[in-house]
Amino acid sequence: MRPILMKGHERPLTFLKYNREGDLLFSCAKDHTPTVWFADNGERLGTYRGHNGAVWCCDISRDSMRLITGSADQTVKLWSVQTGAQLFTFNFDSPARSVDFSIGDKLALITTDPFMGLPSAIHVKCIARDPDDQTAESIHVLRGPQGRINRAVWGPLNKTIISAGEDSIIRIWDSETGKLLKESDKETGHKKAITSLMKSADGSHFLTGSHDKSAKLWDVRTLTLIKTYVTERPVNAVAMSPLLDHVVLGGGQDASAVTTTDHRAGKFEAKFYDQILQEEIGGVKGHFGPINALAFNPDGKSFSSGGEDGYVRLHHFDPDYFNIKT
Amino acid sequence: MADVSVEALAEQLGIDYLDIDVDSVQLPPGETVGILSDDDNLYQEDDLELDTGFGNIIIVDNLPVVPREKFEKLEGVIRKIYSQIGVIKEEGLWMPMDPETHKTLGYCFIAYNTVQEAELAKEKTNGYKLDRSHIFAVNMFEDFDRFMKVPDQWAPPETKLYTPGENLQHWLTDEKARDQFVIRAGSDTEVFWNDARHLKPEPVYRRTFWTESFVQWSPMGTYLATIHRQGAQLWGGASTFNRLMRYAHPQVKLIDFSPSEKYLVTYSSHEPSNPRDPQRVVINLFDARTGKVMRDFKGSADDFTVGGTGGVTGVPWPVFKWGGGKEDKYFARLGKNVISVYETETFSLIDKKSLKVENVVDFCWSPTDPILALFVPELGGGNQPARVSLVQMPGKEELRQKNLFSVSDCKMYWQSNGDYLAVKVDRYTKTKKSTYTGFELFRIKERDIPIEVLELENKNDKIIAFAWEPKGHRFAVIHGDNPRPDISFYTMKSGNNTVKVSKLTTLKGKQANALFWSPGGKYVILAGLKNFNGQLEFYNVDELETMATAEHFMATDIEWDPTGRYVATVVTSVHHEMENGFNIWSFNGKLLYRIMKDHFFQFSWRPRPPSFLSPEKEEEIAKNLKKYSKKYEAEDQDVSLQLSEQDREKRRMLKDEWEKWVSRWRQLHEEEKMERQKLRDGEASDEEEEYEAKEVEVEELLDVTEEILADD
Repeated sequence: MRPILMKGHERPLTFLKYNREGDLLFSCAKDHTPTVWFADNGERLGTYRGHNGAVWCCDISRDSMRLITGSADQTVKLWSVQTGAQLFTFNFDSPARSVDFSIGDKLALITTDPFMGLPSAIHVKCIARDPDDQTAESIHVLRGPQGRINRAVWGPLNKTIISAGEDSIIRIWDSETGKLLKESDKETGHKKAITSLMKSADGSHFLTGSHDKSAKLWDVRTLTLIKTYVTERPVNAVAMSPLLDHVVLGGGQDASAVTTTDHRAGKFEAKFYDQILQEEIGGVKGHFGPINALAFNPDGKSFSSGGEDGYVRLHHFDPDYFNIKT
Repeated sequence: MADVSVEALAEQLGIDYLDIDVDSVQLPPGETVGILSDDDNLYQEDDLELDTGFGNIIIVDNLPVVPREKFEKLEGVIRKIYSQIGVIKEEGLWMPMDPETHKTLGYCFIAYNTVQEAELAKEKTNGYKLDRSHIFAVNMFEDFDRFMKVPDQWAPPETKLYTPGENLQHWLTDEKARDQFVIRAGSDTEVFWNDARHLKPEPVYRRTFWTESFVQWSPMGTYLATIHRQGAQLWGGASTFNRLMRYAHPQVKLIDFSPSEKYLVTYSSHEPSNPRDPQRVVINLFDARTGKVMRDFKGSADDFTVGGTGGVTGVPWPVFKWGGGKEDKYFARLGKNVISVYETETFSLIDKKSLKVENVVDFCWSPTDPILALFVPELGGGNQPARVSLVQMPGKEELRQKNLFSVSDCKMYWQSNGDYLAVKVDRYTKTKKSTYTGFELFRIKERDIPIEVLELENKNDKIIAFAWEPKGHRFAVIHGDNPRPDISFYTMKSGNNTVKVSKLTTLKGKQANALFWSPGGKYVILAGLKNFNGQLEFYNVDELETMATAEHFMATDIEWDPTGRYVATVVTSVHHEMENGFNIWSFNGKLLYRIMKDHFFQFSWRPRPPSFLSPEKEEEIAKNLKKYSKKYEAEDQDVSLQLSEQDREKRRMLKDEWEKWVSRWRQLHEEEKMERQKLRDGEASDEEEEYEAKEVEVEELLDVTEEILADD
């Protein structure tokens, strides 16, 4: 089907997220206003106004009532999805890069960038059921990795925290004690900064994308490297189909080099790989800048991509997609 | 020698040294017990070759003998003469005195900063006349040493025992008849088999920092040359690559082989000490097998840049063009108003003098015969016409000459068998404002060498590329002014064998700027490199039809394998930083495989020596190709069956492995179900499948108004 082009952002996209039911799509961009869309027809439902900087990441609670957004304005905000009202603001001393609700939505992970001499950090916050009871205190603050932490997510049963970032190492932390449990191997791991990390639908494995032009699939509990997908361009965004054994990688050359070369040289296609055989099976063209964000609809029948070009493209798969034989 | 002393020592100690497992002996770390590792050995040898320390010192003899009073004056004179040539080291001039007579001894030592300066000083001032009775005799300090060591009595040279070398042509006997190629990417240089059946390259040899600038195959593929600061090296061998020979030539920049690999020419240029002087050029001619310097040439870069444009390196390369067929008999270089032709028997000029040709600007050898084609431009504002002539060596008789009028430029193209010579002539139009192009075609092998003139249908078309069919009688021309030029094919043989060139066809509006004929002829790739983004068209000239069109985005180079079965298209980082790597295609344009390598510098097929088959035999094979190909087709099929079998097996394994992971995850997920529910405050719906879409009708009461209707 023809992709639906969603023009609502004025700056490069940074992150895309569907709610659990898959009827709403939340998009974050560098233009300060996270936006919510109907995931079916791409109609814009509303925006969340209040941030004063690029918005890097968001997460939606399981009941689709709460939205949490992390921004370069050094705040993380809780919103009411329905009304767009700000419920609470966490203030930090450096930009917030990624946010993630725990299972049960009672905790939230927030990572902050290294800034003005401050090291990067992972914060664990309590999320109160009633926004009036919300406090700004952190339960834990984890520090250690060099450079920016680009993504941190919860492990199974909220017992662990998985983080990845510029130092190209994936770390698993104990969420109770804050102790470092595992680190990815230098030999098998990524060679350059990890840009994205996406958990599978059941949270048993996750996919990381890196500037070393590859994506890797890991077991969440043992941090065993299971698969490597090799591509020709730096990977900015990754996604896994919840329905078929497919993974999608998006990326492209650095935005600063885009204008100097032909559009074909940039490799702005979203590339589909067979998850098991690690072979490329197809590509979806369209963006004229690197892809920064990818997300699969939880039903596996559509996916959306957000680019440096400021557009979100919503693709509903044709019926023959579901019959791809490999 | 070493063995003997070990044996003696062992006997002394009462040990049978053959019983000792040498590998079990462990030396304390950092201690070598005087045993050099192989690498050390290598470094030491290099040192010996290179830097003995006194290369920068010269001895000047035949100076006037002066008393002490005049010492300073003489020193001043010498200093003045020799500091013009280079920078004399501090306290680098030393003139010894006889302690008894207090007079100088008539010689002095001068130390320069560099070896090059010393060599130059020796060359320039040897024989310098200070006055009638004092003619300088200048020698290198090191030469003195060397000459002193010459024994007075002749001793017969030791005859070395013959040790059979490796079969350097072993790669030609590959059972699968594959070809090799070398690539350079990053700091690695690697040699591979092109295993087209398995759709991948098979590694042969790999070495990091194998060369310091580039690698080069010898023309028949026997050797691979690597370039180093100290000189060039040749590698080869039956199964792997061993060092065969070293050729010392400090700062070597470029190398060239003679066509049948007998000789290696190395070139280096050196910054002059005075920046206004031209660069100094050193060229050495080595015998490739023995490593002996057969002849060296030294001089300023100006002496070597006649006719050519010079370029960055200073000298058009190769300086020496090899001719005389495959026997490496003659080599020649262009000089001012002369062509110097040397023969390899004596390594001196034929008849002891150069071939005098006023104003000659370009020449080239026939690829097969000792025939020179040379071009002289117009002189005296058109009073004397431009001229192309063919000269036979070693007799230097002119075989054929053609005068050409109002010529702006000429380019000569030999057909690979030396049958034809095409001369592309750019002529001025009558107004002299622009030029147009025509061709003069020489039939070398026919009686009296007939010449034919060919002009394009549209005279104003620019010629973008020209190429002869290797071993054939056809040629292709890319011509046109617009961004999509035309490509025309011509043949030198018409149907009833009349001596007439005729056009085969013209392809209109192609995105091409380069022609790449298969080494076997018949097929040609019409390529649009660089600005055309790597468009490729595989064209069959026998049938005059396009076999395939393809694209290798940003391709910068195309190279056919020596058999004409496969072709490589390459993106090197020299032109383009992205997409580095190479593609291998079949001759008819099927992409076989594709390898991406960052920082990709070089791709080069290993050449093959010419075939021993006679032309008749080749024809016979071509005729009965079906008979011969049967065997190979069967092999191909076997391989492809095996491949698909392996592939299936691999896929099955991967799927199984994946299933194992999935089932493990499912089990763990199930185990954790209760805990997860607890985390979610007992909310039961855990799996995505469990939610169902409910249609809920919502009625909203917007407004209620009561109206009492009149009851009629």
